[in-house]
Amino acid sequence: MTKAELVEKVSSQINLTKKQTEVVVNTVFQSITESLSEGKKVELRGFGSFRIRQRNARIGRNPKSGTQVDVPAKKVPFFKAGKELRELVDKDK
Amino acid sequence: MTKQDIINQVCDRADLSRSKAEEAVETVIGLIKDALGQGEAVILRRFGTFQVRAKSKRMGRNPKTGEEAEISARKVVRFKSGKHFKSAVNDEDS
Repeated sequence: MTKAELVEKVSSQINLTKKQTEVVVNTVFQSITESLSEGKKVELRGFGSFRIRQRNARIGRNPKSGTQVDVPAKKVPFFKAGKELRELVDKDK
Repeated sequence: MTKQDIINQVCDRADLSRSKAEEAVETVIGLIKDALGQGEAVILRRFGTFQVRAKSKRMGRNPKTGEEAEISARKVVRFKSGKHFKSAVNDEDS
């Protein structure tokens, strides 16, 4: 499912114009991005949580040439699925 | 940040009533869950991709007791963050 398809479905399900729905969808993901970029985690009950994981600096290797390269420390967004979502995805076990 | 904060933002930016904003946010999350529940990937440009991945069974260890235990095969959600999201968390002044 792409963002366009998501907008389409939301729009028809709750009777909102496509334009408004697009603002809604964009705002949801923008707020999550903004919150994490301020270092604040996001917890959505029943869905999961987004937080920042710190990656240490390391020495990597260019897989093609084999030369060593310094990979600087960085932060990466991390999503952990909540219990409800985990069970939903693994339901046919 | 919680769902309430996101609903507030939607309220402001999309100029919707609180109850409509709440309904909209719940619907967005619900539809993403439905898609993942059916094993379908959700691809949101700039933000990232949610995908269902099958994991095969493996041997693990109980970290408390050190005992070995088999971890059964299962399906899990994986999120791969998009370029924009990744750079946003690294760029303090953006």
